[in-house]
Amino acid sequence: MSITQEMPEQPADERIHNFEEVALGYTEDQAMLEAERCLECKKPKCVEGCPVNIDIPGFVSKMKEGNFEEAIGVIKKTNTLPAVCGRVCPQEEQCEKLCILGKKSEPISIGRLERFCADREREAGVKDPVVAEPTGKKVAIVGTGPAGLTAASDLAKAGHSVTMFEALHEAGGVLIYGIPEFRLPKAIVKEEVEYIMKLGAELKVDYVIGRIKTLDQLEDEFDAVFLGTGAGLPKFMGIEGENLNGVYSANEFLTRVNLMKAYRFPESDTPIKRGSHVIVVGGGNVAMDAARSARRLGADEVSIVYRRSDDELPARREEIEHAKEEGIIFRLLNNPVRILEGENMSVNGVECIKMELGEPDESGRRRPVAVDGSEHVIDADIVIIAIGTSPNPIIFDGSKGLEVTPWGTIVVNEAGVTSLEGVCAGGDAVTGAATVISAMGAGKQAAETINDYLSK
Amino acid sequence: MAYKIVEKRQLVPDVHLMNIEAPDVAAAAKPGQFIILRIDEEGERIPLTIADYDVDEGFVTIIFQEMGKTTKQLAKMAAGDELQDFVGPLGKASEIEKIGTVVLVGGGVGIAPVYPQARAYREIGNKVISIIGARNESLLILEDEMNAVSDELLVATDDGSKGHHGFVTDLVKELLDGDEKIDRIVAIGPPIMMRAVAGVTDPYDVETIVSLNPIMVDGTGMCGGCRVNIGGETKFACVDGPEFNAKDVDFNLLMSRLSLYRKEEMESLETYKKGCGDDCKCQ
Repeated sequence: MSITQEMPEQPADERIHNFEEVALGYTEDQAMLEAERCLECKKPKCVEGCPVNIDIPGFVSKMKEGNFEEAIGVIKKTNTLPAVCGRVCPQEEQCEKLCILGKKSEPISIGRLERFCADREREAGVKDPVVAEPTGKKVAIVGTGPAGLTAASDLAKAGHSVTMFEALHEAGGVLIYGIPEFRLPKAIVKEEVEYIMKLGAELKVDYVIGRIKTLDQLEDEFDAVFLGTGAGLPKFMGIEGENLNGVYSANEFLTRVNLMKAYRFPESDTPIKRGSHVIVVGGGNVAMDAARSARRLGADEVSIVYRRSDDELPARREEIEHAKEEGIIFRLLNNPVRILEGENMSVNGVECIKMELGEPDESGRRRPVAVDGSEHVIDADIVIIAIGTSPNPIIFDGSKGLEVTPWGTIVVNEAGVTSLEGVCAGGDAVTGAATVISAMGAGKQAAETINDYLSK
Repeated sequence: MAYKIVEKRQLVPDVHLMNIEAPDVAAAAKPGQFIILRIDEEGERIPLTIADYDVDEGFVTIIFQEMGKTTKQLAKMAAGDELQDFVGPLGKASEIEKIGTVVLVGGGVGIAPVYPQARAYREIGNKVISIIGARNESLLILEDEMNAVSDELLVATDDGSKGHHGFVTDLVKELLDGDEKIDRIVAIGPPIMMRAVAGVTDPYDVETIVSLNPIMVDGTGMCGGCRVNIGGETKFACVDGPEFNAKDVDFNLLMSRLSLYRKEEMESLETYKKGCGDDCKCQ
C-alpha cells in the first residue's frame, strides 16, 4: 500500500519566531506522486464528504495528466476559495475520512492537492473569469466571510449586480481577522476577494448594516439579500477576574494580531500585550491559533487549559500536533475557576480545578466533573478566552420580522431562506461557530436559492 | 476606502476640529454615537464620539485632543487629505426625549459630544442648562456654540480664569441644591470628571448619564476589549453603550483598563517623534 506524501514544513524552532506559513505546500513531483495514489472510484465517497461536492476524482485525474490548469477548472466549478479550503478545511473529517484508501492505509491527501492546484494557478496568474449577461437584478451580501464571498461569487457569475457590505476595513471576515497568517496568508484571501470583484461585485468596507442602514432598508433597495454575518460575538466564562487587564477574548487577541498586524508593533500602530506566561482557555482551532500566536509574540510559556481530555479536543489533529511541536503545554482536564488579581488590576495567575470525565452528555462527549479540593494556581500574566462565539445581533437593529432562535442564530429552511421574503442566510450566523467550508456550502446553497428566486 | 477631510481648524492648543466627508455616516448619525477612524494602512482604529453631522453637506464633525501617536499624526493632516477608514455611526444613540430640565456637563474635549445632545434636547422643548469646564480659559472649546443651544450656560475653569473657579462638579452640586427641579444630568469628559459627577449626583434622585470611552478595536461587539462593569454586569461599551447610568459604572475598572497600553503608547509616540523632521511640532 502506498503512503501519503508528507508536506514540507517550516521547522518548529524556526517558525515560532515568525508569522510565515507553517506548511509549505507540495512540490510538483510530490503532487503528481500523491495524485497517482487516487483509485478514481466509480462511486467516489470523498465527493459525498465535501460540503461543496467538488468533483475530486475529476480534478485528481487531470493532475495525473499534469494538466493543472484543467484540474483547477474542475475545482472552481464548485469551490470559489480553493487556496483557502486546501489550507483550513478539516479534510480528515470530510472528504479524506471517506476515502477508500483510508481503510487499509492512508487516504489520499485531497486538501494538499487542492492547495497545490490553487497555488499553481495563482502563481501563473488567474485568468479573467467568464460572467453571464447582466440580469439587472441587485443582490446585497452582508458580511464578507467565507459564506458571503461564496454567495457573492456565484451570484456575480450568474450576472446579478452584487454589492458586498463589510463592517471591518478589509473583506474576508474570519479569514482575515481570525485565522493567523501562519496558517492562511492574507495575500491569498486578498486575491480571492479581488477575483470576486473582477466578476463585477462591488465591495463596501467600513459599512455596518444595522447602523448605517437597516436590513429593512436593504430589502427595499435590493431584489434579494444574503446574510453571512458570522458568529462574531465572543463568549466569556463569567468567572471572577475576567475583566482584569491582560484578559483577552480570542477574537480580540487574534484581531489585533491578524487584522491589525500588532506583531509588527510599533511599525504598525496597534499594540498587544505579549506576556511571559500565557494561558489560553479552550481546545478548538481558535484556541490553537491564539496559543501559537502568543508563542510567536515571544511568550516564555504558553498553555492550553481545557476541561476535557486529549481525545475530546475539538481542534484539528494537525493543529494540535503543530502546537505541541511549538512547545505549547496542554493542561488538560483543567477548568479555570477565577483569575487572580495583581497590581493595577492586572492578571496574576489563574486558579484552576482538576476535572474528571463522567457520563456522556447530550453532545455524546463525556461530561467533565470537577474534582473537589483540587484547586491549584497556574502562573499567568495574559489569559485568552477561546470558548466560542455567538452571532452578532447588531445586524438586526432596526429591522422587523427576522426570525432568530433563542441562541441568536438566524432561522432558515433547507434552501437557506429566512422568515423574510427575498432574504437568505448561511454560515455561522445560522449554525453558530462552525467551519469555513460549511459556511461556503451554505453560501453556495443560498446563491442557488436566490438565483432561482430572481429568475421567477 | 478614502474619506476626505473637508475642513480642519484648531480650536485651542492641541484640540482640533475636523469635518470628514462621509455622507452615509452623516445621514445615519445621531447624538451620542461614535465613529472609528484609521489614518492609513499601518494605523490603529481609534474611537471618537461624534461632535456634529451635516446630512445635506454629507460630513461628520470630530473634535479630538492630541494625546498619543495617532491623534498627533491626525493633527498634522490638513483639509484635502484623506483618512483610510471612517466607520460609523457606532453605539446606541442617546435617548433624547422631552422630560423637562436637562443639565449637560462637558469637560475639556468632552464638550464636543455634549453639544449635539444639548441642541437635540432643546429642539424638542426641554430646558437646557449647560455646564462646561476646562483647565483654563484658553483651553475652553465651543463656548459660543454651547451658548447658542442652551437656556443657561455655566463655565468653570480649574484656575478661575473664566467663570467659576473650580470644577464643573461644584456647579452641578449648586444646581442640585437649588430650587429648580433637575430631571436628568448628562456628563461627558475625562473618566475622572465623570466619576466625580457621579459621586456628586449619587445622593440626589436624579438620573445621571455618562458616555464611556474604553479601548476598542472593531466597535461592533466583536472583540470585547471595551468591557465595562455596569452594576456588576459585564457590558460591551461599543454595542450596549457608550452611554450608561453613572451610578452603575465601575469607574476604577474603566480607568485601569484605559491605562493598559500606556507603555506601548509611549513607545509608539517616541518612535513617531524620531521619524519627524526638525520643524516638527510634536517634539
